[in-house]
Amino acid sequence: MAKVKVIEKYCKSCGLCIEVCPKKILTIGDKTNEKGYFTVICTDQEKCIGCTLCAKMCPDVAIEVYKDKK
Amino acid sequence: MEKVFARSKGLTDVPFSFCPGCTHGIIMRLIAEVLEELDIIEDTIGISPVGCAGFSQDFFSCDFIGAAHGRAQAVGIGAKRALPDKIVFTYQGDGDIAAIGTQHAIHAAARGEKITSIMVNNAIFGMTGGQMAPTSLEGMKTVTSPYGKDVSTTGYPIDMPTLVANLPGAVYVASVSVDSPKNIAQAKKAIKKAFKVQQAGLGFSLVSLLSTCPTNWNMSPSDSLKWLRENMMPVYKMGELKVTEEVESL
Repeated sequence: MAKVKVIEKYCKSCGLCIEVCPKKILTIGDKTNEKGYFTVICTDQEKCIGCTLCAKMCPDVAIEVYKDKK
Repeated sequence: MEKVFARSKGLTDVPFSFCPGCTHGIIMRLIAEVLEELDIIEDTIGISPVGCAGFSQDFFSCDFIGAAHGRAQAVGIGAKRALPDKIVFTYQGDGDIAAIGTQHAIHAAARGEKITSIMVNNAIFGMTGGQMAPTSLEGMKTVTSPYGKDVSTTGYPIDMPTLVANLPGAVYVASVSVDSPKNIAQAKKAIKKAFKVQQAGLGFSLVSLLSTCPTNWNMSPSDSLKWLRENMMPVYKMGELKVTEEVESL
């Protein structure tokens, strides 16, 4: 089990995480943050493998990734 | 569940002021992570220049000194000579280090000053509105070269890391990119090495990172990364351009 969490106040809706996600489970949502950016949401947490590629590509450090301990 | 990726302690809570998709943020994260991993956040003095990089002091949790345009290395050298136990790094854009501050970059390397310079190269003056820089590519359209950069009147792009690598005082020079997770990992390694070089007091280290400017390039963030890969990476020499024997044994 893994989980991806987008911290809304940092997200600027640039979409770099969406492209790099190997499972294609990230998309731009329909809610805005305090600055007016439509923040990224995860459509299917179940599919997340915790690879952290989205977090590494995010230019605003807006993504946290959690993974089960082995 | 265990947190496998979170904001580094080297960064403050302040959201970056950069445009959406600007890779400045990735580079700042890498530096912050390196500072945290080497446990030198409290011993580090960063020097912020003028330009988009000039906001650095708000985002890093280490100490910072603001310098005049192009003078970050001059200020950094002063700080390092006065406080040799501190780790001093400059965080500069290409307009700062390769145009207004070229002399400082060259002479800091020539004298082998024991500081680390991080150069963010997006081939344009970003903050002032996208003017042509000495690093702009041949034929590149900017607000001051609307018909494309004409090298016969404005010169060829300056490859700063190659220039600096020729000087004996520079012991570690690398040119990396942050366009993909793989290259980001390489960039982090290069930054870490550059800081280790300074910790060991070996000499001048420079890491140049190719970056994007979606706003002034008039492209989407993902198109900017593609443009960087296709146009900038073939022009600028990539990889570790200089690693002396002492550095290799670190």
